[in-house]
Amino acid sequence: MNFVWAFVVGGGICIIGQLLLDVAKLTPAHVMSSFVVAGAVLDAFDLYDKLIEFAGAGATVPITSFGHSLLHGAMEQADEHGFIGVAVGIFELTSAGIASAILFGFIVAVIFKPKG
Amino acid sequence: MSKEKMNETNFEKMSKTYQPKPPYFMNCVKAFIVGGLICTLGELLSEMYVHWFNFSDEEAGNPTVATLILLSSLATGFGVYDKLGQFAGAGSAVPVTGFANSVTSSALEYKSEGYVLGVATNLFKLAGSVIVFGVVAAYVLGIIRYVWSLII
Repeated sequence: MNFVWAFVVGGGICIIGQLLLDVAKLTPAHVMSSFVVAGAVLDAFDLYDKLIEFAGAGATVPITSFGHSLLHGAMEQADEHGFIGVAVGIFELTSAGIASAILFGFIVAVIFKPKG
Repeated sequence: MSKEKMNETNFEKMSKTYQPKPPYFMNCVKAFIVGGLICTLGELLSEMYVHWFNFSDEEAGNPTVATLILLSSLATGFGVYDKLGQFAGAGSAVPVTGFANSVTSSALEYKSEGYVLGVATNLFKLAGSVIVFGVVAAYVLGIIRYVWSLII
């Protein structure tokens, strides 16, 4: 059942993205940026955690979870260090994603030849 | 001058009626299936990390995202991911694999300009906007939420 909900919720988020591309005529960069902001806003109201509990990877794999993790890291540190913590903790939970994107992106660019 | 402007607006209006409408429904079906499959693969990976590598349910998200990023960087290097993107649209752009694809493809594109000025400088050319807006939004919302928690 976990897999079914991951498929349905993850696919559903992609449909919203596709409608923003086709109907609202946004570029992919605009769609991704607005999804990250949307994830942070949903997390501010504690809604995104419920979606993750329900859909698992269906909610953690789309880019919306990036905004959610940014805010989560900030709030965790804010509990300990107050206002400074918001700035200190912002990349705490997303470091794995950003570090691996930089690392693998660089390695692939060094090894492979550009296509087309 | 005004006549030219008239023509320009007329042309835009007229050409719009002749432009093919995007197949909204089929595009959504493709995005749903491909996006859903990528998320199912993510669920499979995270259950694997929970069962075999002793991650908790919440912590398993990090290695899962990192593995998906590795896979999509490789797929971008082989030129497979861009073909998937043409087919699936948002289905391949919205998951975190689309983020990795934009990092890797812009790095590859500028390889001819060298490793420092080409690859490293352009790595975040497309993905930078995601990080900028994410951080700004999270920072503002974090301050608001912290102030709110102090008031209550």
